[in-house]
Amino acid sequence: MKPIFLALLLWLFTLPTFAALDRAVVTQLGDEDSDVKIAAIQKLAQSAEPEALGILQALVDGTLQGADGEAITINNRVRREIDGALAALKLFHPDRKIRLAAAKELTVNLANEADPGMAPMLARARDKETDDKVKAAIAQAYALATLKHADAAVRLTAVKALAGSGDPNIKLLLLAMTDPANESEVTVRRAAIAAHAEVKSRLALGETVGRIFSGLSLGSILLLAALGLAITYGVMGVINMAHGELLMIGAYATYFMQAQFRTYLPGWLDWYVLAAIPLAFAAAAAVGVLLERTVIRWLYGRPLETLLATWGLSLILIQAARVLFGAQNVEVANPSWMSGGIELMPSIVLPLNRIVIVGFALFVLALVWVLMNRTRLGLFVRAVTQNRAMAGCVGVPTAQIDSVAFALGAGIAGLGGVALSQIANVGPDMGQGYIVDSFMVVVLGGVGQLAGAVWAALGLGVVSKFLEGWAGAVIAKIVVLVFIIMFIQKRPQGLFALKGRFVES
Amino acid sequence: MKRRNFIKALTLSASIAAIGATSFSVHAADTIKVGILHSLSGTMAISETALKETALMTIAEINAKGGVLGKQLEAVVVDPASNWPLFAEKARQLISQDKVAVVFGCWTSVSRKSVNPVFKELNSLLFYPVQYEGEELEKNVFYTGAAPNQQAIPAVEYLMSKDGGSAKRWVLLGTDYVYPRTTNKILRAFLKSKGVADADIMEDYTPFGHSDYQTIIAKIKKFASEGKKTAVVSTINGDSNVPFYKELGNAGLKATDVPVVAFSVGEEELRGVDTKPLVGHLAAWNYFESIKNPQNDAFIKLYRDWAKKQKLPKAESVVTNDPMEATYVGIHMWAQAVEKAKTTDVDKVIAAVGGQKFKAPSGFEIQMDPKNHHLHKPVFIGEVKADGQFNVVWKTKGPVKAQPWSPFIAGNDKKKDEPDSK
Repeated sequence: MKPIFLALLLWLFTLPTFAALDRAVVTQLGDEDSDVKIAAIQKLAQSAEPEALGILQALVDGTLQGADGEAITINNRVRREIDGALAALKLFHPDRKIRLAAAKELTVNLANEADPGMAPMLARARDKETDDKVKAAIAQAYALATLKHADAAVRLTAVKALAGSGDPNIKLLLLAMTDPANESEVTVRRAAIAAHAEVKSRLALGETVGRIFSGLSLGSILLLAALGLAITYGVMGVINMAHGELLMIGAYATYFMQAQFRTYLPGWLDWYVLAAIPLAFAAAAAVGVLLERTVIRWLYGRPLETLLATWGLSLILIQAARVLFGAQNVEVANPSWMSGGIELMPSIVLPLNRIVIVGFALFVLALVWVLMNRTRLGLFVRAVTQNRAMAGCVGVPTAQIDSVAFALGAGIAGLGGVALSQIANVGPDMGQGYIVDSFMVVVLGGVGQLAGAVWAALGLGVVSKFLEGWAGAVIAKIVVLVFIIMFIQKRPQGLFALKGRFVES
Repeated sequence: MKRRNFIKALTLSASIAAIGATSFSVHAADTIKVGILHSLSGTMAISETALKETALMTIAEINAKGGVLGKQLEAVVVDPASNWPLFAEKARQLISQDKVAVVFGCWTSVSRKSVNPVFKELNSLLFYPVQYEGEELEKNVFYTGAAPNQQAIPAVEYLMSKDGGSAKRWVLLGTDYVYPRTTNKILRAFLKSKGVADADIMEDYTPFGHSDYQTIIAKIKKFASEGKKTAVVSTINGDSNVPFYKELGNAGLKATDVPVVAFSVGEEELRGVDTKPLVGHLAAWNYFESIKNPQNDAFIKLYRDWAKKQKLPKAESVVTNDPMEATYVGIHMWAQAVEKAKTTDVDKVIAAVGGQKFKAPSGFEIQMDPKNHHLHKPVFIGEVKADGQFNVVWKTKGPVKAQPWSPFIAGNDKKKDEPDSK
């Protein structure tokens, strides 16, 4: 901050050594009027001096100070202008990544606002460019700049070059060129029609991909929230109203781990989430065992009492979290490797935190599947689920299995809490918002079925997201609920029913 | 045995309650009680907790200078827990049971609507410190936040201007309750009067506490790419703002392309968010922490010292914001009015509040309108900076008179600009 200020001062008041940069122009950057500022920025950018880049960067970072010693403030309009100017200057930067980003930025700017004046500069950059990917990006920008060229042949090449784009603004520009009022040449119009169709179908595909992804992302969160419940409800038939609070415990465990890393391992802060996974599992499982041993165990076979008792437990847990961590939400930050997103197309960005959570849900699902289908414990749990009395007769310690299964379900809820902490707010009553969704997933999927829970969660996720796109979040929630009620009326056993003889039923 | 234990427990808890009740009324004679009604838990705690602290701080400040009418103020704090019916219950408790002279509280309009009948019935006094949708003028309420013409309309006008980016298409996004719905109704009428077509306005609502903004961001992106320059007006309230802004940053929706102007997001709400991807998004308020003047410097220092003294969480990084300033101004105006009326009698105080003046941290001497129970306030529009503070990019020359009845809603021109007397 300081050096730039000094440099500016030097140059404003003492040494006019930078002959190429006009002193008066630089002073204009501090003018109140945005129009004057923008004119100065354009002049600086056209000078193409290396110093200009530094000054503009300082201006956009808010570290450039005016004559009165205060930082010069800029608004969005000026910022957009600077970004464009900087991108143009950065096209000649030695770093390939910076050049690529600059070319993309220029394409977006040009699609918003045509500027034929950029064409010669872009042509220069394109011819100088050695990297294929960057070259293609610059070629797009160049095509946009020459889209209104006087020569029909140039326009035709430009239109053809733009067919490969996925930018909605370019689609509009191409659409305009299909109109005889805007484009006199037939060949160009034909090319524009073809290019427009191509861009349009690519955009439609992108939109569907985006929707499906957000559906999968919601589904994976529902799955993480409901998987634990599928085990406890499935195995023991316990309606555990405190399930949401087990999620909350997992989220707070993540928060706790983050705080520990901040204090003791600040260099490794980015990896606190990984360390939080076992802690969240252990903490939630421990609380689960405690609940099972002290309360739920004595209420087996009495669903109404269980419901009330676990609801009471959930209130106790919420209050405990309030006392321990305060009533306000706590801040859980995304580690840097989970921030930002992958840009598939200019219109579709898949956020990294959601991608990681989808992967995490798959990991937890695999873990549970192996545990249930490939271990002795899993075998016992499945036996108890199918026929408790018979399992007891052949020597399965059903009471012990209950405890272990409950701990397992609670621990998985804790893992769900880790995932939730990365996208939602972490607060004492965060669990309340998920309990209904979790039960919906389990009931819809069919009791005691992992596959049912998976399909129900993903299905609900995708359906809600498509509905949200149509009707908005509030209506989507209502429609989904109504749908589930009707479905359960028709098929009380859920999507997948367990085959076998039930003692209880 | 069991029954005996139960009775024992019952008597024990009853006696504890009795102790609690008596301890409150010990000092009743030589103090004036004031109620503080802000959610300290639930979805609104993110915004309202700081207001409780500001109120306590202001009361301590007034007490240190000798109190009001020579008596010390005694704060009674309750937690309505972001639960709207509970607001009414707690308000009744404050007025009838604790006998407070005045209540400072509420954030959401739905909570205010829920307590209004209580204040009317018991003829008590509420100071409401948050910007709101207007369409209301209660004799028992003083509104120290902005009416639509002091926040929403100027913000939209700014975005329509050249410097604001000449927006032509509008996304009106909000939490699903009375404030966003009414504000958007006013904005829609205003935009229409400026020649914006219905097809260029998209309205969308999410429930309280909503945390999945993927679809909405995708929708905004799509809407924005249909030709004209688009701006988003956000009336999202409470902790939903954190996931909303996180998603906005992750999805790479930049302020230079699609600016988002928020009416319920200030310095406090942005504390838990990485603001680097959000640089340039806007908020419209009547006060920003970054405004430089002696009153504001003193106000910020007062609050920072208070946070350290009270050992608030993250006391080293506390911020001040608009509703906190409005709380501060409101409490001072009430104290001045009580001094003027020489009593805490509600009707006399109401008569004395109108016309009160106070040198506010916003840098102006602001005045309570003699008639319409609203403050004359300056309007500022700020852009988010990388450090979570705001850069003022536009402001009014001076305080603006509030129009609680927006001229953009049909039939409002016939309504009186003062509350019905009884």
